[in-house]
Amino acid sequence: MNEASRAEVAVVAVAELFRGDGELLVSPMGLVPSLGARLARLTFEPDLLLSDGEAHLLDGDGVLEGWQPFRKMLEVIVPHGRRHVVMGANQIDRYGNQNISAIGEHARPVKQLLGVRGAPGNTVNHRTSYWVPKHSSRVFVENVDVVSGVGYDSAAKAGPSAQRFHDVHRVVTNLGVFDFGGSDHAMRAVSLHPGVEAGEVAEATSFEVELDSAGVTRQPSSEELRLIRDVLDPSGTRDREVRP
Amino acid sequence: MADKTATADEVVAELEDGMTIGIGGWGSRRKPMSLVRAILRSPVKDLTVVSYGGPDIGLLASAGKLRRVVFGFVTLDSIPFDPWFGRARESGSVEVTEYDEGMFAAALSAAAQRLPFLPTRAGLGSDVLRVNPGLRTVRSPYSDGEELVAVPAQRLDVAFVHLNRADARGNAQYLGPDPYFDDLFCLAARKRFVSVERVVDTAELTAEAPVQSLLLNRSTVDGVVESPGGAHFTTAVPDYGRDERFQRHYADCAKDPERWPDFADRFLSGDEKAYQAEVARFAKEAT
Repeated sequence: MNEASRAEVAVVAVAELFRGDGELLVSPMGLVPSLGARLARLTFEPDLLLSDGEAHLLDGDGVLEGWQPFRKMLEVIVPHGRRHVVMGANQIDRYGNQNISAIGEHARPVKQLLGVRGAPGNTVNHRTSYWVPKHSSRVFVENVDVVSGVGYDSAAKAGPSAQRFHDVHRVVTNLGVFDFGGSDHAMRAVSLHPGVEAGEVAEATSFEVELDSAGVTRQPSSEELRLIRDVLDPSGTRDREVRP
Repeated sequence: MADKTATADEVVAELEDGMTIGIGGWGSRRKPMSLVRAILRSPVKDLTVVSYGGPDIGLLASAGKLRRVVFGFVTLDSIPFDPWFGRARESGSVEVTEYDEGMFAAALSAAAQRLPFLPTRAGLGSDVLRVNPGLRTVRSPYSDGEELVAVPAQRLDVAFVHLNRADARGNAQYLGPDPYFDDLFCLAARKRFVSVERVVDTAELTAEAPVQSLLLNRSTVDGVVESPGGAHFTTAVPDYGRDERFQRHYADCAKDPERWPDFADRFLSGDEKAYQAEVARFAKEAT
Protein backbone atom coordinates (compact mmCIF):
# COMPACT_ATOMS: atom_id res chain seq x y z
CA MET A 1 0.00 0.00 0.00
CA ASN A 2 1.39 3.42 -0.90
CA GLU A 3 2.37 5.98 1.67
CA ALA A 4 -0.24 7.66 3.88
CA SER A 5 -1.33 11.18 2.92
CA ARG A 6 -1.35 13.95 5.53
CA ALA A 7 -5.15 13.67 5.66
CA GLU A 8 -4.88 9.95 6.44
CA VAL A 9 -2.36 10.62 9.21
CA ALA A 10 -4.81 13.17 10.62
CA VAL A 11 -7.71 10.71 10.48
CA VAL A 12 -5.71 8.23 12.52
CA ALA A 13 -4.61 10.98 14.93
CA VAL A 14 -8.28 11.86 15.47
CA ALA A 15 -9.14 8.19 15.96
CA GLU A 16 -6.48 8.07 18.68
CA LEU A 17 -8.37 10.82 20.57
CA PHE A 18 -11.02 8.22 21.35
CA ARG A 19 -8.67 5.50 22.62
CA GLY A 20 -9.94 4.34 25.98
CA ASP A 21 -13.37 5.97 25.59
CA GLY A 22 -15.19 2.61 25.58
CA GLU A 23 -18.98 2.75 25.56
CA LEU A 24 -19.18 6.53 25.17
CA LEU A 25 -21.14 8.79 22.85
CA VAL A 26 -18.71 10.56 20.54
CA SER A 27 -19.77 13.61 18.53
CA PRO A 28 -17.31 14.40 15.77
CA MET A 29 -18.01 17.67 13.92
CA GLY A 30 -16.66 17.76 10.38
CA LEU A 31 -15.27 15.29 7.90
CA VAL A 32 -11.89 14.20 9.29
CA PRO A 33 -13.28 13.88 12.86
CA SER A 34 -16.14 11.72 11.55
CA LEU A 35 -13.74 9.49 9.64
CA GLY A 36 -11.53 9.25 12.73
CA ALA A 37 -14.41 8.28 15.00
CA ARG A 38 -15.64 5.63 12.60
CA LEU A 39 -12.12 4.30 12.13
CA ALA A 40 -11.68 4.03 15.90
CA ARG A 41 -14.93 2.11 16.15
CA LEU A 42 -13.93 -0.26 13.34
CA THR A 43 -10.61 -0.99 15.03
CA PHE A 44 -9.66 -0.43 18.68
CA GLU A 45 -12.83 1.15 20.18
CA PRO A 46 -15.71 -1.02 18.93
CA ASP A 47 -18.17 0.10 21.63
CA LEU A 48 -18.30 3.83 20.72
CA LEU A 49 -21.78 5.27 20.13
CA LEU A 50 -22.22 7.51 17.07
CA SER A 51 -25.10 9.54 15.69
CA ASP A 52 -25.99 10.18 12.05
CA GLY A 53 -25.83 13.95 12.65
CA GLU A 54 -29.58 13.91 13.19
CA ALA A 55 -31.54 12.13 15.90
CA HIS A 56 -30.47 8.56 15.18
CA LEU A 57 -27.69 6.51 16.75
CA LEU A 58 -26.31 4.04 14.23
CA ASP A 59 -24.05 1.10 15.03
CA GLY A 60 -21.00 0.11 13.00
CA ASP A 61 -23.17 -1.81 10.52
CA GLY A 62 -25.45 1.17 10.02
CA VAL A 63 -28.22 -0.41 12.11
CA LEU A 64 -30.40 2.03 14.05
CA GLU A 65 -29.71 1.49 17.76
CA GLY A 66 -30.91 4.62 19.51
CA TRP A 67 -32.80 7.91 19.52
CA GLN A 68 -31.13 11.11 20.53
CA PRO A 69 -32.98 14.27 19.57
CA PHE A 70 -31.38 17.65 20.25
CA ARG A 71 -33.45 18.23 23.37
CA LYS A 72 -32.19 15.02 24.94
CA MET A 73 -28.67 15.95 23.92
CA LEU A 74 -28.80 19.36 25.60
CA GLU A 75 -30.91 18.55 28.65
CA VAL A 76 -29.57 15.09 29.48
CA ILE A 77 -26.55 13.82 27.58
CA VAL A 78 -24.29 16.90 27.79
CA PRO A 79 -24.95 17.60 31.49
CA HIS A 80 -24.73 13.88 32.30
CA GLY A 81 -21.29 13.95 30.73
CA ARG A 82 -20.82 10.59 29.04
CA ARG A 83 -19.75 12.22 25.81
CA HIS A 84 -16.62 13.21 23.92
CA VAL A 85 -17.07 15.97 21.35
CA VAL A 86 -14.62 17.01 18.66
CA MET A 87 -15.44 20.55 17.57
CA GLY A 88 -13.95 22.88 15.00
CA ALA A 89 -12.44 26.22 15.98
CA ASN A 90 -12.06 29.54 14.23
CA GLN A 91 -9.66 30.61 16.99
CA ILE A 92 -7.86 28.76 19.81
CA ASP A 93 -5.53 30.28 22.35
CA ARG A 94 -2.66 28.99 24.49
CA TYR A 95 -4.94 27.73 27.27
CA GLY A 96 -7.53 26.09 25.04
CA ASN A 97 -10.16 28.79 24.81
CA GLN A 98 -11.99 28.37 21.52
CA ASN A 99 -14.04 30.81 19.44
CA ILE A 100 -16.76 29.90 16.93
CA SER A 101 -18.98 32.91 17.65
CA ALA A 102 -17.62 36.03 15.99
CA ILE A 103 -14.38 37.78 15.00
CA GLY A 104 -13.81 41.21 16.53
CA GLU A 105 -15.96 43.00 19.07
CA HIS A 106 -19.01 40.99 19.99
CA ALA A 107 -21.27 44.05 19.91
CA ARG A 108 -20.43 44.63 16.26
CA PRO A 109 -18.21 41.90 14.87
CA VAL A 110 -15.99 42.19 11.83
CA LYS A 111 -17.17 38.71 10.92
CA GLN A 112 -20.17 36.90 12.35
CA LEU A 113 -19.53 33.18 12.65
CA LEU A 114 -21.90 30.43 13.84
CA GLY A 115 -22.49 31.61 17.39
CA VAL A 116 -21.20 29.90 20.52
CA ARG A 117 -23.46 26.88 19.80
CA GLY A 118 -23.00 24.20 22.48
CA ALA A 119 -19.35 24.99 23.13
CA PRO A 120 -19.78 26.64 26.56
CA GLY A 121 -21.85 23.72 27.86
CA ASN A 122 -19.74 21.02 26.23
CA THR A 123 -16.47 22.26 27.68
CA VAL A 124 -17.65 22.48 31.29
CA ASN A 125 -19.51 19.17 31.18
CA HIS A 126 -17.40 16.59 29.38
CA ARG A 127 -14.31 15.83 27.37
CA THR A 128 -13.77 18.12 24.41
CA SER A 129 -11.19 17.97 21.62
CA TYR A 130 -10.68 20.20 18.61
CA TRP A 131 -9.89 19.67 14.94
CA VAL A 132 -8.19 22.38 12.88
CA PRO A 133 -7.65 21.42 9.22
CA LYS A 134 -5.33 24.37 8.53
CA HIS A 135 -2.97 25.22 11.36
CA SER A 136 -2.24 28.94 11.10
CA SER A 137 -1.46 32.01 13.19
CA ARG A 138 -4.99 33.26 12.39
CA VAL A 139 -6.45 30.25 14.23
CA PHE A 140 -3.86 29.88 17.00
CA VAL A 141 -4.06 33.37 18.48
CA GLU A 142 -2.83 35.07 21.64
CA ASN A 143 -6.41 35.76 22.81
CA VAL A 144 -9.65 34.56 21.24
CA ASP A 145 -12.24 37.26 20.52
CA VAL A 146 -15.26 35.47 22.03
CA VAL A 147 -14.66 32.62 24.48
CA SER A 148 -17.10 29.95 23.27
CA GLY A 149 -15.33 26.76 24.36
CA VAL A 150 -13.87 27.32 27.83
CA GLY A 151 -10.11 27.00 28.25
CA TYR A 152 -8.13 26.12 31.38
CA ASP A 153 -7.48 29.68 32.54
CA SER A 154 -11.12 30.73 32.03
CA ALA A 155 -12.40 27.67 33.90
CA ALA A 156 -10.03 28.41 36.79
CA LYS A 157 -11.19 32.02 36.93
CA ALA A 158 -14.83 30.96 36.94
CA GLY A 159 -14.27 28.63 39.89
CA PRO A 160 -14.84 25.03 41.00
CA SER A 161 -18.23 24.55 39.25
CA ALA A 162 -16.62 25.37 35.90
CA GLN A 163 -13.60 23.17 36.61
CA ARG A 164 -15.38 20.16 38.08
CA PHE A 165 -15.95 18.34 34.77
CA HIS A 166 -13.77 20.52 32.53
CA ASP A 167 -11.59 18.35 30.30
CA VAL A 168 -10.17 19.93 27.14
CA HIS A 169 -8.30 16.93 25.87
CA ARG A 170 -6.38 17.58 22.67
CA VAL A 171 -6.18 19.52 19.44
CA VAL A 172 -5.44 17.73 16.18
CA THR A 173 -4.36 19.84 13.21
CA ASN A 174 -2.86 19.21 9.79
CA LEU A 175 0.55 19.64 11.43
CA GLY A 176 0.34 17.73 14.68
CA VAL A 177 -1.35 16.69 17.91
CA PHE A 178 -1.36 19.02 20.91
CA ASP A 179 -2.51 18.89 24.52
CA PHE A 180 -2.61 21.35 27.42
CA GLY A 181 -0.05 19.66 29.64
CA GLY A 182 2.44 22.53 29.53
CA SER A 183 3.07 24.88 32.43
CA ASP A 184 -0.22 26.41 33.68
CA HIS A 185 -2.01 24.16 31.16
CA ALA A 186 -0.35 25.81 28.18
CA MET A 187 -0.62 24.11 24.81
CA ARG A 188 2.24 21.83 23.91
CA ALA A 189 2.95 19.50 21.05
CA VAL A 190 2.38 15.81 21.76
CA SER A 191 3.52 14.83 18.30
CA LEU A 192 4.15 16.39 14.91
CA HIS A 193 2.96 14.58 11.81
CA PRO A 194 5.67 12.81 9.76
CA GLY A 195 7.58 15.38 7.71
CA VAL A 196 6.51 18.40 9.79
CA GLU A 197 9.34 20.53 11.23
CA ALA A 198 9.07 22.26 14.62
CA GLY A 199 9.79 25.60 12.96
CA GLU A 200 6.76 25.21 10.72
CA VAL A 201 4.49 24.85 13.76
CA ALA A 202 6.11 27.74 15.62
CA GLU A 203 5.64 29.92 12.54
CA ALA A 204 1.96 29.01 12.25
CA THR A 205 1.16 29.66 15.93
CA SER A 206 0.83 33.23 17.32
CA PHE A 207 1.80 32.22 20.85
CA GLU A 208 4.78 30.23 22.01
CA VAL A 209 3.92 26.55 21.88
CA GLU A 210 6.04 23.97 23.71
CA LEU A 211 7.63 21.79 21.05
CA ASP A 212 10.63 20.21 22.78
CA SER A 213 9.03 16.99 23.94
CA ALA A 214 7.08 16.34 20.72
CA GLY A 215 7.30 12.90 19.17
CA VAL A 216 6.21 11.86 15.70
CA THR A 217 2.56 11.04 15.03
CA ARG A 218 2.27 7.36 14.22
CA GLN A 219 1.76 6.22 10.66
CA PRO A 220 -1.54 4.52 9.83
CA SER A 221 -1.28 0.73 9.70
CA SER A 222 -1.96 -0.94 6.38
CA GLU A 223 -5.29 -2.17 7.74
CA GLU A 224 -6.22 1.39 8.77
CA LEU A 225 -5.30 2.68 5.32
CA ARG A 226 -7.44 0.00 3.72
CA LEU A 227 -10.41 0.95 5.91
CA ILE A 228 -10.00 4.68 5.21
CA ARG A 229 -9.53 4.24 1.46
CA ASP A 230 -11.92 1.40 0.68
CA VAL A 231 -14.59 1.52 3.36
CA LEU A 232 -14.90 4.94 5.00
CA ASP A 233 -13.98 7.45 2.31
CA PRO A 234 -13.62 5.79 -1.10
CA SER A 235 -14.21 9.09 -2.93
CA GLY A 236 -11.25 10.71 -1.19
CA THR A 237 -13.05 13.73 0.29
CA ARG A 238 -10.45 13.79 3.12
CA ASP A 239 -7.84 15.16 0.73
CA ARG A 240 -10.03 18.18 0.06
CA GLU A 241 -10.13 19.02 3.79
CA VAL A 242 -6.38 18.50 4.26
CA ARG A 243 -4.40 19.25 1.12
CA PRO A 244 -1.81 16.59 0.38
CA MET B 1 -65.02 21.64 19.52
CA ALA B 2 -63.44 24.85 18.27
CA ASP B 3 -62.14 24.89 14.73
CA LYS B 4 -58.80 26.66 15.06
CA THR B 5 -57.85 26.67 11.40
CA ALA B 6 -56.71 30.03 10.11
CA THR B 7 -54.67 31.51 7.28
CA ALA B 8 -51.08 32.62 7.66
CA ASP B 9 -52.10 36.24 7.15
CA GLU B 10 -54.80 35.99 9.85
CA VAL B 11 -52.26 34.59 12.29
CA VAL B 12 -49.65 37.23 11.51
CA ALA B 13 -52.29 39.96 11.91
CA GLU B 14 -52.19 39.14 15.64
CA LEU B 15 -48.60 40.39 15.87
CA GLU B 16 -47.80 43.86 17.16
CA ASP B 17 -44.66 45.94 16.81
CA GLY B 18 -42.07 45.17 19.46
CA MET B 19 -43.35 41.68 20.32
CA THR B 20 -41.16 38.73 21.31
CA ILE B 21 -41.67 35.85 18.88
CA GLY B 22 -40.36 32.31 19.30
CA ILE B 23 -39.72 30.33 16.12
CA GLY B 24 -39.43 26.53 16.34
CA GLY B 25 -37.32 24.12 14.33
CA TRP B 26 -33.51 24.00 14.33
CA GLY B 27 -31.12 25.61 11.83
CA SER B 28 -32.50 24.90 8.38
CA ARG B 29 -34.85 22.18 9.66
CA ARG B 30 -38.65 22.27 9.99
CA LYS B 31 -38.94 26.05 10.17
CA PRO B 32 -42.39 27.67 9.89
CA MET B 33 -41.24 29.48 6.75
CA SER B 34 -44.71 30.24 5.36
CA LEU B 35 -45.48 32.12 8.59
CA VAL B 36 -42.13 33.90 8.31
CA ARG B 37 -42.99 34.85 4.72
CA ALA B 38 -46.33 36.19 5.98
CA ILE B 39 -44.44 38.37 8.48
CA LEU B 40 -42.40 39.75 5.57
CA ARG B 41 -45.66 40.80 3.87
CA SER B 42 -46.99 42.47 7.04
CA PRO B 43 -46.17 45.93 8.42
CA VAL B 44 -45.05 44.54 11.81
CA LYS B 45 -41.55 45.58 12.96
CA ASP B 46 -39.10 45.82 15.88
CA LEU B 47 -39.44 42.14 16.69
CA THR B 48 -37.37 40.23 19.21
CA VAL B 49 -36.99 36.76 17.72
CA VAL B 50 -36.01 33.75 19.81
CA SER B 51 -34.74 30.93 17.61
CA TYR B 52 -32.32 28.06 17.10
CA GLY B 53 -31.66 30.14 14.03
CA GLY B 54 -31.73 29.33 10.36
CA PRO B 55 -33.09 31.12 7.29
CA ASP B 56 -36.02 32.38 9.40
CA ILE B 57 -33.58 34.84 10.95
CA GLY B 58 -32.00 35.65 7.59
CA LEU B 59 -35.29 36.45 5.87
CA LEU B 60 -36.53 38.57 8.78
CA ALA B 61 -33.21 40.42 8.76
CA SER B 62 -33.50 40.99 5.00
CA ALA B 63 -36.79 42.83 5.54
CA GLY B 64 -35.55 44.86 8.53
CA LYS B 65 -38.03 43.22 10.92
CA LEU B 66 -35.57 42.49 13.71
CA ARG B 67 -34.68 44.56 16.71
CA ARG B 68 -33.09 41.74 18.70
CA VAL B 69 -32.21 38.10 18.13
CA VAL B 70 -31.97 35.62 21.01
CA PHE B 71 -29.86 32.75 19.66
CA GLY B 72 -27.21 30.10 20.19
CA PHE B 73 -26.37 29.89 16.48
CA VAL B 74 -27.66 30.92 13.10
CA THR B 75 -26.83 28.44 10.34
CA LEU B 76 -28.22 26.96 7.15
CA ASP B 77 -26.67 23.57 8.11
CA SER B 78 -25.34 22.58 4.66
CA ILE B 79 -24.16 26.20 4.31
CA PRO B 80 -22.48 27.33 7.54
CA PHE B 81 -23.54 30.99 7.69
CA ASP B 82 -26.66 32.94 6.77
CA PRO B 83 -25.47 35.99 4.79
CA TRP B 84 -28.31 38.26 5.93
CA PHE B 85 -27.70 37.57 9.62
CA GLY B 86 -23.99 38.18 9.08
CA ARG B 87 -24.70 41.52 7.44
CA ALA B 88 -27.10 42.54 10.22
CA ARG B 89 -24.49 41.73 12.86
CA GLU B 90 -21.56 43.28 11.02
CA SER B 91 -23.47 46.51 10.35
CA GLY B 92 -24.66 46.64 13.96
CA SER B 93 -28.30 46.89 12.89
CA VAL B 94 -29.51 44.16 15.24
CA GLU B 95 -29.10 43.64 18.99
CA VAL B 96 -28.37 40.15 20.24
CA THR B 97 -28.68 37.93 23.27
CA GLU B 98 -26.29 35.09 22.55
CA TYR B 99 -26.65 31.93 24.63
CA ASP B 100 -25.16 28.48 24.73
CA GLU B 101 -27.62 26.02 23.11
CA GLY B 102 -28.35 24.38 26.45
CA MET B 103 -28.89 27.75 28.18
CA PHE B 104 -31.38 28.59 25.43
CA ALA B 105 -33.34 25.41 26.22
CA ALA B 106 -33.17 26.22 29.95
CA ALA B 107 -34.59 29.71 29.28
CA LEU B 108 -37.58 28.23 27.45
CA SER B 109 -38.02 25.49 30.09
CA ALA B 110 -38.07 28.06 32.88
CA ALA B 111 -40.76 30.03 31.06
CA ALA B 112 -42.74 26.84 30.36
CA GLN B 113 -42.59 25.89 34.06
CA ARG B 114 -43.39 29.45 35.21
CA LEU B 115 -40.08 29.63 37.07
CA PRO B 116 -37.95 32.79 37.22
CA PHE B 117 -34.82 30.90 36.16
CA LEU B 118 -33.22 27.48 35.91
CA PRO B 119 -29.67 26.66 37.01
CA THR B 120 -27.14 25.21 34.63
CA ARG B 121 -23.39 24.68 34.40
CA ALA B 122 -23.37 25.81 30.76
CA GLY B 123 -22.02 29.31 30.30
CA LEU B 124 -19.62 29.30 33.27
CA GLY B 125 -16.19 30.53 32.22
CA SER B 126 -17.36 31.52 28.74
CA ASP B 127 -17.93 34.96 27.24
CA VAL B 128 -21.68 34.34 27.28
CA LEU B 129 -21.60 35.86 30.76
CA ARG B 130 -19.42 38.77 29.58
CA VAL B 131 -21.60 39.70 26.58
CA ASN B 132 -24.82 39.33 28.58
CA PRO B 133 -23.98 41.41 31.64
CA GLY B 134 -27.51 40.98 33.00
CA LEU B 135 -26.93 37.26 33.60
CA ARG B 136 -26.48 36.20 37.23
CA THR B 137 -25.16 33.11 38.95
CA VAL B 138 -26.87 31.31 41.82
CA ARG B 139 -25.29 29.37 44.69
CA SER B 140 -26.62 25.96 45.66
CA PRO B 141 -28.22 26.12 49.13
CA TYR B 142 -26.94 22.59 49.81
CA SER B 143 -23.57 21.54 51.17
CA ASP B 144 -21.95 21.29 47.70
CA GLY B 145 -22.13 25.10 47.46
CA GLU B 146 -21.87 25.00 43.65
CA GLU B 147 -22.21 28.28 41.82
CA LEU B 148 -24.20 27.92 38.59
CA VAL B 149 -25.63 30.14 35.89
CA ALA B 150 -29.23 31.22 36.65
CA VAL B 151 -30.74 31.35 33.15
CA PRO B 152 -33.71 33.73 33.22
CA ALA B 153 -37.05 32.53 31.82
CA GLN B 154 -37.50 33.50 28.18
CA ARG B 155 -41.21 34.22 27.90
CA LEU B 156 -42.70 34.65 24.44
CA ASP B 157 -45.64 36.70 23.23
CA VAL B 158 -46.15 34.37 20.30
CA ALA B 159 -44.74 31.01 19.19
CA PHE B 160 -44.65 29.84 15.56
CA VAL B 161 -43.84 26.19 14.81
CA HIS B 162 -44.21 23.95 11.76
CA LEU B 163 -45.22 20.30 12.14
CA ASN B 164 -46.25 17.60 9.70
CA ARG B 165 -49.92 17.04 10.65
CA ALA B 166 -52.58 18.51 12.91
CA ASP B 167 -56.29 18.27 13.40
CA ALA B 168 -58.47 21.36 13.32
CA ARG B 169 -58.54 21.42 17.13
CA GLY B 170 -54.81 21.98 17.37
CA ASN B 171 -53.49 18.53 18.22
CA ALA B 172 -50.27 18.48 16.22
CA GLN B 173 -47.85 15.78 15.14
CA TYR B 174 -44.26 15.53 13.96
CA LEU B 175 -43.33 12.59 11.72
CA GLY B 176 -39.61 13.24 11.34
CA PRO B 177 -36.77 12.08 13.59
CA ASP B 178 -36.63 15.06 15.96
CA PRO B 179 -39.28 17.12 17.78
CA TYR B 180 -36.68 19.87 18.33
CA PHE B 181 -38.00 22.28 21.00
CA ASP B 182 -41.36 23.05 19.43
CA ASP B 183 -43.44 21.99 22.42
CA LEU B 184 -41.30 24.15 24.71
CA PHE B 185 -41.74 27.16 22.43
CA CYS B 186 -45.51 26.70 22.68
CA LEU B 187 -45.44 26.25 26.47
CA ALA B 188 -43.36 29.42 26.85
CA ALA B 189 -45.74 31.56 24.78
CA ARG B 190 -49.01 33.40 25.38
CA LYS B 191 -50.26 32.71 21.82
CA ARG B 192 -49.27 29.62 19.88
CA PHE B 193 -49.65 29.00 16.14
CA VAL B 194 -48.73 25.85 14.26
CA SER B 195 -48.49 25.49 10.50
CA VAL B 196 -48.70 21.96 9.11
CA GLU B 197 -48.33 20.14 5.84
CA ARG B 198 -51.85 18.76 6.15
CA VAL B 199 -54.85 19.13 8.45
CA VAL B 200 -56.48 15.73 9.02
CA ASP B 201 -59.20 14.17 11.15
CA THR B 202 -58.18 13.48 14.73
CA ALA B 203 -58.43 9.70 14.32
CA GLU B 204 -56.17 9.83 11.30
CA LEU B 205 -53.28 11.24 13.35
CA THR B 206 -52.57 7.91 15.02
CA ALA B 207 -53.73 5.64 12.21
CA GLU B 208 -50.22 5.31 10.80
CA ALA B 209 -47.93 6.89 13.37
CA PRO B 210 -47.33 6.13 17.05
CA VAL B 211 -49.07 8.18 19.71
CA GLN B 212 -45.67 9.52 20.84
CA SER B 213 -45.54 11.56 17.63
CA LEU B 214 -48.34 13.80 18.98
CA LEU B 215 -46.12 16.62 20.19
CA LEU B 216 -48.67 19.37 20.88
CA ASN B 217 -52.07 18.94 22.43
CA ARG B 218 -54.84 21.39 21.65
CA SER B 219 -54.56 23.21 24.99
CA THR B 220 -51.24 24.66 23.84
CA VAL B 221 -52.31 25.68 20.32
CA ASP B 222 -54.40 28.72 19.38
CA GLY B 223 -54.33 28.46 15.62
CA VAL B 224 -53.64 25.88 12.89
CA VAL B 225 -52.53 26.94 9.42
CA GLU B 226 -52.63 24.33 6.67
CA SER B 227 -49.56 25.13 4.64
CA PRO B 228 -48.27 22.47 2.25
CA GLY B 229 -44.60 23.17 1.60
CA GLY B 230 -44.76 25.57 4.53
CA ALA B 231 -41.26 24.69 5.75
CA HIS B 232 -39.69 25.19 2.31
CA PHE B 233 -36.74 25.49 1.76
CA THR B 234 -35.94 23.84 5.10
CA THR B 235 -36.64 20.17 5.84
CA ALA B 236 -40.00 18.70 6.80
CA VAL B 237 -39.14 15.02 6.56
CA PRO B 238 -40.76 12.65 5.76
CA ASP B 239 -42.89 15.01 3.66
CA TYR B 240 -39.80 16.52 1.99
CA GLY B 241 -36.15 17.17 2.63
CA ARG B 242 -34.27 20.46 2.36
CA ASP B 243 -34.35 22.08 -1.08
CA GLU B 244 -30.57 22.39 -1.32
CA ARG B 245 -30.58 23.97 -4.76
CA PHE B 246 -33.01 26.64 -3.65
CA GLN B 247 -31.11 27.22 -0.41
CA ARG B 248 -27.90 27.77 -2.38
CA HIS B 249 -29.76 30.22 -4.59
CA TYR B 250 -31.07 32.03 -1.50
CA ALA B 251 -27.59 32.20 0.03
CA ASP B 252 -25.96 33.36 -3.24
CA CYS B 253 -28.52 36.13 -3.69
CA ALA B 254 -28.38 37.09 -0.01
CA LYS B 255 -24.61 37.50 -0.34
CA ASP B 256 -24.91 39.83 -3.31
CA PRO B 257 -26.77 43.15 -2.82
CA GLU B 258 -27.12 43.40 -6.61
CA ARG B 259 -28.96 40.10 -6.90
CA TRP B 260 -31.16 40.29 -3.81
CA PRO B 261 -33.85 42.65 -5.21
CA ASP B 262 -34.55 40.20 -8.04
CA PHE B 263 -34.79 37.30 -5.58
CA ALA B 264 -37.15 39.23 -3.31
CA ASP B 265 -39.22 40.38 -6.26
CA ARG B 266 -39.52 36.92 -7.71
CA PHE B 267 -40.16 34.91 -4.55
CA LEU B 268 -41.24 37.21 -1.74
CA SER B 269 -43.42 39.89 -3.29
CA GLY B 270 -46.57 37.78 -3.64
CA ASP B 271 -48.57 35.53 -1.33
CA GLU B 272 -47.73 31.95 -0.31
CA LYS B 273 -49.45 30.51 -3.37
CA ALA B 274 -47.37 32.71 -5.64
CA TYR B 275 -44.23 31.66 -3.71
CA GLN B 276 -44.95 27.97 -4.13
CA ALA B 277 -45.72 28.43 -7.84
CA GLU B 278 -42.46 30.28 -8.34
CA VAL B 279 -40.56 27.59 -6.43
CA ALA B 280 -42.08 24.94 -8.72
CA ARG B 281 -40.96 26.99 -11.74
CA PHE B 282 -37.47 27.35 -10.23
CA ALA B 283 -37.29 23.56 -9.78
CA LYS B 284 -38.31 22.99 -13.40
CA GLU B 285 -35.55 25.27 -14.65
CA ALA B 286 -33.01 22.78 -13.29
CA THR B 287 -34.31 19.87 -15.35
